[in-house]
Amino acid sequence: MKTMCRPLLGATMALGLSTALPSLAQADELTLCWAAWDPANALVELSKDFTAQTGTQMKFEFVPWPNFADRILNELNSGGKLCDLLIGDSQWIGGSAENGYYVKLNDFFDKEGIKMSDFAEAAVNAYSTWPKGTPNYWALPAMGDANAWFYRKDWFSKPEIQAEFKAATGRDLAPPTTWDELLETAKFFNGKEIDGKKVYGAAIFTERASEGITMGATQALYPYGFKYENTTGKYDMEGAVNSEGAIKGLEAYKELYKCCTPPGYTDAYMGETLDAFKSGQAAMAMNWFAFFPGLAKDENVGGDKIGFFVNPKQATAASTLGGQGISVVANTDNMDGALAYIKWFAQPEVQKKWWQLGGYAVHNDVLNDPSFKDSQPFAADFLVAMNQVQDFWQEPAYAILLQSAQKRFHDYVVADQGTAKEALDGLVKDWTEIFEDEGKL
Amino acid sequence: MINSDTTILEKEPERAAASTPASLARRIGGLSDRAIAWLFITPTIALLLAINIFPLIWAIRLSFTNYRANRPNAVLENVGLQNYQRVLTDSDIWIAMQTTAHFVFWTILLQTLIGFSLAYLIDRKFRGHAFWTTVILIPMMLSPAVVGNFWRFLYQPQIGLFNYIVSFITGVPPSSFEMLGSVSLAPWSIIIVDTWMWTPYVMLICLAGLRSIPDYIYEAAEVDRASAWRQFWSITIPMALPFIMLAVLFRGIENFKMFDMVMLLTGGGPGSTTEVASITLKREAFESWRTGRASAFAIILFVAVFGLANIYVKALNRVKQR
Repeated sequence: MKTMCRPLLGATMALGLSTALPSLAQADELTLCWAAWDPANALVELSKDFTAQTGTQMKFEFVPWPNFADRILNELNSGGKLCDLLIGDSQWIGGSAENGYYVKLNDFFDKEGIKMSDFAEAAVNAYSTWPKGTPNYWALPAMGDANAWFYRKDWFSKPEIQAEFKAATGRDLAPPTTWDELLETAKFFNGKEIDGKKVYGAAIFTERASEGITMGATQALYPYGFKYENTTGKYDMEGAVNSEGAIKGLEAYKELYKCCTPPGYTDAYMGETLDAFKSGQAAMAMNWFAFFPGLAKDENVGGDKIGFFVNPKQATAASTLGGQGISVVANTDNMDGALAYIKWFAQPEVQKKWWQLGGYAVHNDVLNDPSFKDSQPFAADFLVAMNQVQDFWQEPAYAILLQSAQKRFHDYVVADQGTAKEALDGLVKDWTEIFEDEGKL
Repeated sequence: MINSDTTILEKEPERAAASTPASLARRIGGLSDRAIAWLFITPTIALLLAINIFPLIWAIRLSFTNYRANRPNAVLENVGLQNYQRVLTDSDIWIAMQTTAHFVFWTILLQTLIGFSLAYLIDRKFRGHAFWTTVILIPMMLSPAVVGNFWRFLYQPQIGLFNYIVSFITGVPPSSFEMLGSVSLAPWSIIIVDTWMWTPYVMLICLAGLRSIPDYIYEAAEVDRASAWRQFWSITIPMALPFIMLAVLFRGIENFKMFDMVMLLTGGGPGSTTEVASITLKREAFESWRTGRASAFAIILFVAVFGLANIYVKALNRVKQR
């Protein structure tokens, strides 16, 4: 009996210790999940201050963009405990709020004196609230972002190219301010030989699998007058999604794709546009502001060689929204630690340092600072863009809505199937069916 | 020598029985052979039920509901046959099925023709045939992930070797066509890669078939002054046919559920040109999160493959019996 008891006691103690140890480790450790990209590295640097102040060790789970939604949404859906804090895409907020994946932060903000009025209004609306525009906060705005453009300033400055452009178009060569000008400029550069190399007009988003072509096409659709609904909250899409303006916008995006993108550019997103630009193939390219600090510092195409411009207007001024808020995952075992991180991150000094390190703070103390516009070559454009952003549906059914858009846009723009009107009519049909399934129509 | 071996074999059960620990022997001593057999196969059956049968039954159950995996707290409602009706009347799904059928037909045709031809050549047993057999088998030893990425580069219009080879042969500029980006060429780009990778597999099975034909049959045909052509059609093809049909069955089932190569090469694009059924299913299940409808689609695919495979196996058995 004695000989049996000893191993049993030992095994029980070992089991007890093994279950206790992770809990001990977890108490002063937080895991933050985000996409793997340039700003994530800046956040690692920034978070060292949090560790120094609180003793809480920060762990990071950064997932490459193409797999980010799949990986993290699977984690949330399965009730996993990987993330204590999550910087999730703005479109996820509806589903995550309604499914109880995020902690509602109103009481915490009130208790800690964190005011949403201290942050840019558009960012709060996009990254924090659900239902949209109501004072129900599920995240703190963490990373402002929008789709914008950059161009080869050195090529635009060459006298012979300027003269040729003037002769061809009758106007001075400058960063485009309208979509008509953007198309004209892209066509001008496309196929031209510069520095002994054939170059192309523009590198744009055409990716099919996740969200790429939707984020690119909406950059044209919004300025031409595309709207999701005629009346906000009514889901009355007929005449808004497929309006005359929206049709022209989609046609313009296809025209830009057909005329002026580099060969083999049928499935391109963030990485591919950066590659096309950095390799000296594209005169202009679209991408998220998040990449601009890295581009500005690039050895080959940065510095004096690069310029930035906000998305050109057409019927109206608009940019496609990117960016994210930081949320506390409801399943966390370290709620106090996660909330402490949010409280720390909301401080104006931390937000200022966040901007200095390459993160896009949207705290008013940062944005309203007189030196902000000159702090980076793209800072002024960032302010303009954040005041004209429009986002995709943030509904709980956003994933299905996005898949329909991806299919309709890619079929029309890249695969040459049907007309822009047919694509947008089809989108209205798909989205109507989805909202009917959701019980919203 | 034979006697000695037989003696060893005869003594083996006794030796095994003797080496069984006394405690274990006591415990199983009262069990019948059938009970012992069940004791041994029970873990396997339990595992099979847990990882194969249970998910299948669960998927059938989900296919009659509105379940969505991203909304675990939502009320589960029975929707009857609505998911099946929607899948079967969805034009996008029928287009995906047509794309799958096109892909399966051409890959099987090309792989069977080329694979059998290679097997026929290798079977001639020329000098160095073993070396060339190994070389030919290399593509199928590679990981599909490696092959997919590798061919993406080969198909790149500006730097890809494939475009340059086509350009060298035809004189068409390499950047003037896009294998992965063109609606008409993208399906063929996948067929080419799949054929490159899996023809060796078909060749291997056909080679086994050719090597199983006894030499004396050909010798008898020679005596009867049958021509090589006649021998090929009257001996080689009929006797290798069960093997060829087996290769077609394996490749057909594999290609019906093809996912990795298409995902890596085109992601189903451009547009939905190369969106085969498995990719549509994945999008429905893990991007749109319509788990109930995806389950219905999966069951329909399963029944289709299972039914076709059964008919095919019956035909195969008939050929073997001839």
